[in-house]
Amino acid sequence: MELAAKHFKASAAKALVDVQLQKALGNVEKGFIGKRQKAADALPEFDALRDNARDIKNHVLAHLDLYLEEYERNVIASGGTVHWAETAEDARRIVLDICQKAGARTVTKGKSMITEEIALNDHLSANGIEPVETDLGEYIIQLRGEYPSHIIAPAVHLNKEQVEGDFRRVHTHLPEGRDLSEPVALLGEARDVLRQRYFAADVGITGANFLIAETGTSVIVTNEGNGDLTQTLGKVHVVVASIEKIVPTLEDTSQILRVLARSATGQDMSVYTTFSTGPKRTEDPDGPDQYHVVLLDNGRSAMLGTEYQDMLRCIRCGACMNHCPVYHAVGGHAYGSVYPGPMGAVLTPSLNGIEETGQLPNASTFCGRCEAVCPMRIPLPKMMRHWREREFERNLTPLTARYGLKFWAFFAKRPKLYRLAVSFGVPLLSLFGGSSRRFHSLPFARGWTRHRDLPAPEGRTFLQAWAQREALKQEPGQ
Amino acid sequence: MSSRETVLGKIRASIGVSGADEARKTTVAARLEQTPTGVIPARAQLPAAGQLELFCAMAVQFGATVTRVNDYQAVPAEVSTYLRARNLPSEIRMGADERLANASWSSEKNLEVRHGASDGGDLAGVSHAMAGIAETGTLALLSGPANPTTINFLPEHHIVVLKADDIKGDMESVWAMLRKDMGKGVMPRALNLITGPSRSGDIEQTIILGAHGPRALHIVIVD
Repeated sequence: MELAAKHFKASAAKALVDVQLQKALGNVEKGFIGKRQKAADALPEFDALRDNARDIKNHVLAHLDLYLEEYERNVIASGGTVHWAETAEDARRIVLDICQKAGARTVTKGKSMITEEIALNDHLSANGIEPVETDLGEYIIQLRGEYPSHIIAPAVHLNKEQVEGDFRRVHTHLPEGRDLSEPVALLGEARDVLRQRYFAADVGITGANFLIAETGTSVIVTNEGNGDLTQTLGKVHVVVASIEKIVPTLEDTSQILRVLARSATGQDMSVYTTFSTGPKRTEDPDGPDQYHVVLLDNGRSAMLGTEYQDMLRCIRCGACMNHCPVYHAVGGHAYGSVYPGPMGAVLTPSLNGIEETGQLPNASTFCGRCEAVCPMRIPLPKMMRHWREREFERNLTPLTARYGLKFWAFFAKRPKLYRLAVSFGVPLLSLFGGSSRRFHSLPFARGWTRHRDLPAPEGRTFLQAWAQREALKQEPGQ
Repeated sequence: MSSRETVLGKIRASIGVSGADEARKTTVAARLEQTPTGVIPARAQLPAAGQLELFCAMAVQFGATVTRVNDYQAVPAEVSTYLRARNLPSEIRMGADERLANASWSSEKNLEVRHGASDGGDLAGVSHAMAGIAETGTLALLSGPANPTTINFLPEHHIVVLKADDIKGDMESVWAMLRKDMGKGVMPRALNLITGPSRSGDIEQTIILGAHGPRALHIVIVD
């Protein structure tokens, strides 16, 4: 997809009045928040596991070079091939080359955000190879020519009637009068259509949730089983994964698995957690003849050692966007980048630069729910703040915001003047607030007051209240 | 310079290390050697009988059905009963697992047993699990001629036989079993951890069973 993050404000405004989208977004809270809470509450060790998961990834990031070398050694020992890709372009070239050498005409794909990041499907299509997405959500959005609006629920922005319309438009070989009114019928139809595609495909491409250094294993975590059919039935299995997916051992994988599904869908375990190590062995009746891993950097090594390093702990569970009021209001497409929501607001500027993406770290109220639910304890609001600072330093912040800040800073740096101004301003605003104690409309802030009232200040200023509190403390006998 | 050297070089430059630092290498080698377990939930740290009970309860909670039989000789009859109860044809696909092969399949006269990997034409498949994980009601299945991976995913009904003794508390116990059987650092081509039947919530976040994998998972525990 083309990066459209600079249009966030305009896209968000459109999203807010999109009736279909607003109806669909209601499913985010229904589908995720309560389930996550219930799963977390049912496991007394949940927070201790989060701490350990964070520590494991911090340890990996501090030794990433060595664990990658160990991982590579073990992939080779089990008969697989490792390809290193510095950029998205390198990764696309490597995957295309593997497909062409296999004589591939169609490839099936398991759900993978990393192949979205490198825009692999467009590249394969442009070179005469048809990519077929097999995850139900990914399949639906591929039919629509869209990209995922959520990292684990790609079609969460759609309603079933829209999916029905797409299936009728594309599956023209099926009887017109068939009943597709319920999700179960839609799923059944997709299952039948895709079954044939798995067997016809020459190559199966998946991402990885983990790469285990100890054993040279790639792990995928899914519910549908499409990723497993993709990687079992193709003659060639290609794993595309970014370098920070490394974990040291099977035990470390287990620690993070315990927080992954709970944070994502509220399941104790996803249905299928599959550990793949190398190609088909001599005695094996099934499995791929070739096993390739494409290790992608694409800007991640540059995040190490910076204030954005913690972002590399992300395990793509989606909890941050599931709990984000901004995401709930506008959905994933408004962000105009592959990764939406809070994790995207930090990662997208890291991968694409702040010049084009400055609106994303500003699309947050800093309510802190994302950090509160992040299984890897990533300080997302803090990192969004760092991006706002980088943006300001480079004069990328919009002029109105810069002048507003300058105006405020002028007073903030002159405490006497500041106190004088508020000692007049507060009673004045309080007076104008009238009997309702609210402003229904304010000059320079119509965007705010169009949707809600601004409460008028009441009582004393903070500094006055503070001074009184301190004075009370000083009084003897208190 | 190769892409490999470039990527590793960038990582080292960002972390501020050379890659030849012995202390770092020792730290990494120690973790790989010692494989520390971290936090193990108390939920499944029970005596064997408690683990079996918990395994059954969790498996049912996540959408599987569970039945118990006294020995392997009772497995074919149980499979037949399952198929009949669901009006399925009396046909199964199965690998070459010895424990399953030794059961008395011939006593089920109408049951057709097809061997080897699934070609997608099977409605029911039978596998033998390497272990069960009580903590989450999860099955662990290994690839190979004994239990071809395709049987885990292609048939609509997956019947998995599991020895009661192989039910462990946690994933970590399964890793210990694997290291004992295969050697440290060695894995089967595929290890499938399976928790309930296949499902999708991709349309309006409504969970529906039977996405691309089996619509039903039936576990037969052999005491």
